[in-house]
Amino acid sequence: PGDDFGKEYLFIGSSFEETPLLVAVLTYMGYGILTIFGYLRDFLRDWKIERCHIAREREEQRDFVPLYQDFENFYTRNLYMRIRDSWNRPICSVPGAKVDLVERVSHDYNWTFDYTGRVVGGVINMGSYNYLGFAENTGYCAEAAAEVTMKYGVGVASTRQEMGNLDRHEEMEALVAKFLGVESAIAFGMGFATNSMNIPALSGKGCLILSDELNHASLVLGARLSGSTIRVFKHNNMQSLEKMLRDAIVHGQPRTHRPWKKILILVEGIYSMEGSIVRLPEVIALKKRFGAYLYLDEAHSIGALGPAGRGVVDYFGLDPRDVDVMMGTFTKSFGAAGGYIGGRRELIDYLRVHSHSAVYATSMSPPVVEQIITSMKCIMGEDGTTLGEFRVKRLAENTVYFRRKMTEMGFIIYGNSDSPVVPMMLYLPAKIGAFGREMLKRNIGVVVVGFPATPIIESRARFCISAAHTKDMLDTALCVISEVGDLLQVKYSRHRRLPSLDRAFDHSIYDEIQD
Amino acid sequence: MSQLAMDLECANFSPQAPAYHLILEGILILWIVRLLFSKTYKLQERSDLTEKEKEDLIEEWQPEPLVPPVSKDHPSMNYDIVSGPPSHNIVVNGKQCINFASFNFLGLLDNERVKQKALASLKKYGVGTCGPRGFYGTFDVHLELEDRLAKFMRTEEAIIYSYGFATIASAIPAYSKRGDIVFVDEAACFSIQKGLQASRSFIKYFKHNDMEDLERLLKEQEIEDQKNPRKARVTRRFVVVEGLYINTADVCPLPALVKLKYKYKVRIFLEESMSFGVLGEHGRGVTEHFGVNRLSGQGYCFSASLPPMLAAAAIEALNIMEEDPDIFSVLREKCEQVHKALQGTPGMKVLGESYAPALHLQLESSSGSRETDVRMLRRIVDYCLEKQIALTLARYLDKEERFLPPPSIRVVVTVEQTKEDIDRAASCIREAALSILK
Repeated sequence: PGDDFGKEYLFIGSSFEETPLLVAVLTYMGYGILTIFGYLRDFLRDWKIERCHIAREREEQRDFVPLYQDFENFYTRNLYMRIRDSWNRPICSVPGAKVDLVERVSHDYNWTFDYTGRVVGGVINMGSYNYLGFAENTGYCAEAAAEVTMKYGVGVASTRQEMGNLDRHEEMEALVAKFLGVESAIAFGMGFATNSMNIPALSGKGCLILSDELNHASLVLGARLSGSTIRVFKHNNMQSLEKMLRDAIVHGQPRTHRPWKKILILVEGIYSMEGSIVRLPEVIALKKRFGAYLYLDEAHSIGALGPAGRGVVDYFGLDPRDVDVMMGTFTKSFGAAGGYIGGRRELIDYLRVHSHSAVYATSMSPPVVEQIITSMKCIMGEDGTTLGEFRVKRLAENTVYFRRKMTEMGFIIYGNSDSPVVPMMLYLPAKIGAFGREMLKRNIGVVVVGFPATPIIESRARFCISAAHTKDMLDTALCVISEVGDLLQVKYSRHRRLPSLDRAFDHSIYDEIQD
Repeated sequence: MSQLAMDLECANFSPQAPAYHLILEGILILWIVRLLFSKTYKLQERSDLTEKEKEDLIEEWQPEPLVPPVSKDHPSMNYDIVSGPPSHNIVVNGKQCINFASFNFLGLLDNERVKQKALASLKKYGVGTCGPRGFYGTFDVHLELEDRLAKFMRTEEAIIYSYGFATIASAIPAYSKRGDIVFVDEAACFSIQKGLQASRSFIKYFKHNDMEDLERLLKEQEIEDQKNPRKARVTRRFVVVEGLYINTADVCPLPALVKLKYKYKVRIFLEESMSFGVLGEHGRGVTEHFGVNRLSGQGYCFSASLPPMLAAAAIEALNIMEEDPDIFSVLREKCEQVHKALQGTPGMKVLGESYAPALHLQLESSSGSRETDVRMLRRIVDYCLEKQIALTLARYLDKEERFLPPPSIRVVVTVEQTKEDIDRAASCIREAALSILK
């Protein structure tokens, strides 16, 4: 069955070029040297030759069991701290296509920061999740939100089930359901919590969760808190998933062999660290064949994929009713905050009664709800303008252009050619910090990621394309990236783009996962 | 040379080995031969199924429905709809009421200054942050708010989360890992329970506010430690309590707890969502209430950051709290008034300290079934809504709570309620109780 689907839907756009051998060796050497230096510095710190900046216990609590074991923090102390200035950069303007950063310096190698009081203005923002450019402080959406702020205030101070259910919440949920093409939807105040609080409500003991290798921490936490058995399948690998489904149904629960109560497949629309798009048609076909349920997390793909911006279901032209639980967030493409779950009416009614968030968590703030309503109407075209359509198209064009240029320049880019998340490989630990700093010097803000968010030798820089980026901004950025790429020698790619690879099936996935 | 010759001679003799030795070795050799040639015994596994049998199993397997059906008249099914701002005068299900249900203790939901500051922030930053704290989602307002909170609470540093429920539920597993021990009060709220579940530590519950029970557990732990000192040296110990318990509206005995902390070397986790801005002369919470010093601590947050306008609103709220500390004594007075006015309601009892701003009204004697109790309380709430007093049932996830509190009506006191409002509400509740709880 796996072969038929590959021909119908084009996956030729995906590429995951292999790490060049020399680079891999150098990366391991780099980490080795850093570790040796780390031990040396720890030694010097112990003997008070070097000043110690780490958080220390108060005098009265000196003989308490320490909060952090020395070994746990080795990585943080000796590797992360040295390049810490690439993260948590404070900003002081709208996180749009251009952003103002608060300038900060460190006189003690990143242990503490001082703010110089100056602002680095006009930095091209390639790091914020602003796919459709709704992060703005002017325009129709902002005005509506301002009106609501003055009318409704900023807080709600109660939970949905008590006194916190505003009429605006119900309107917003109806709109979300319409946008997605499902029967009903429910919204929550935080995207992370949407996953971690609702997966336990849907799945419990005696159920099986099949989760993709590279799922986000919120999905992993939700799966763990549910108490179900978790099995991990290789990233986007349909043979692996099919074999797991088959074996799960045939063999039942481990040792007792009782049949599973239900099987839930957790996948994401776009995986933000790889830039890959889930093979949704195949997953849906598998789920229908075996009777499992599908939970699709569209945190990055809603608004960013598809000809109408309705997400990965729209991108493949499938029926939203095939996905049992459609989850997404409002933070990325809608410029607001929070998450939602959409699906059949029974599902949403159940969540209204049993979701942890509906019972215990404060409901969403009114201006945020307003922002969601106006931005969603804009994308759907219901506000009377073609602005939404224009932005969706622009995002798609920008994505294709940027990716093409990056590959032409010789960088190793991961992911599907339509995904607005563009990870660029750096590999060596020293280049992580260097890339972040050099780009900032040239007025471009980028995001760099290393261990533990990625495998240890696969550190990368990640660009997020936005509909708010004009072609000029992209050209400037590309020019600078090329310059820095030559300076740091990160143009590793030696091959032309390869067609989609199905990774070889790995039998070790059946080893019980320690969570 | 001669020694070697002697050895060789000894080796040439066939040693007169004891008979049993030879017999034993003979048996062993026969056993080995048997093992080598016997059939291997394999557990009959299901993998011996034929392809057809596997296909049949797959065809036959019927999963449970994704969610069990929910009846249309489930008490939590239909939410009360609030149209308009949830302020002191609130419109619930179309009726204009006085708000005794939203946690608006200091009346800041409708405060003009707070709204103006939020508006200014909106005009500068927009609504959302489009990213987590690590990736350009840290705004200067976040840093300012953290700074101000640390100063206000008199701690070294502070950190903010974008979702109240997630704060304690993420903070606990950040410090307490698998193998550590946590002592927690039975009346701890649901988010603490979820945090404990996520932390994988050993959880030990002690009776609500019972310091002797806690001491007993600590002593037991000490005995365990003495048996295995090496393990004890790396096991962290925590006590989790709330400043003002949301489920029982009373205060934790903090001074006694601090004494136990230093005696048994445990760290205290203090959850102050109810007591912040309520207890203490300046609203600093339960530590100010009791005159205790705070610890320092840091945490980690990896979800989208708080929208900057909400952070700006919080800063302005802090400003208001700092400028006018009289507001806390006003709140305390109102709490006492409400507490007094609700005493003697026929068939109901008031649960909570007299200075707690969120009280529970419980049935004096339960009917025996939780469902009936809930239905009766709901009727009282509906009666009051008709008479334009907005109240609400305290909501819990019945099956998931570890120690499910008895059903109750939540009564919230705010500084905006006047004496007339309070008297009206009290008499309304009394009427409702008389007519419904005959």
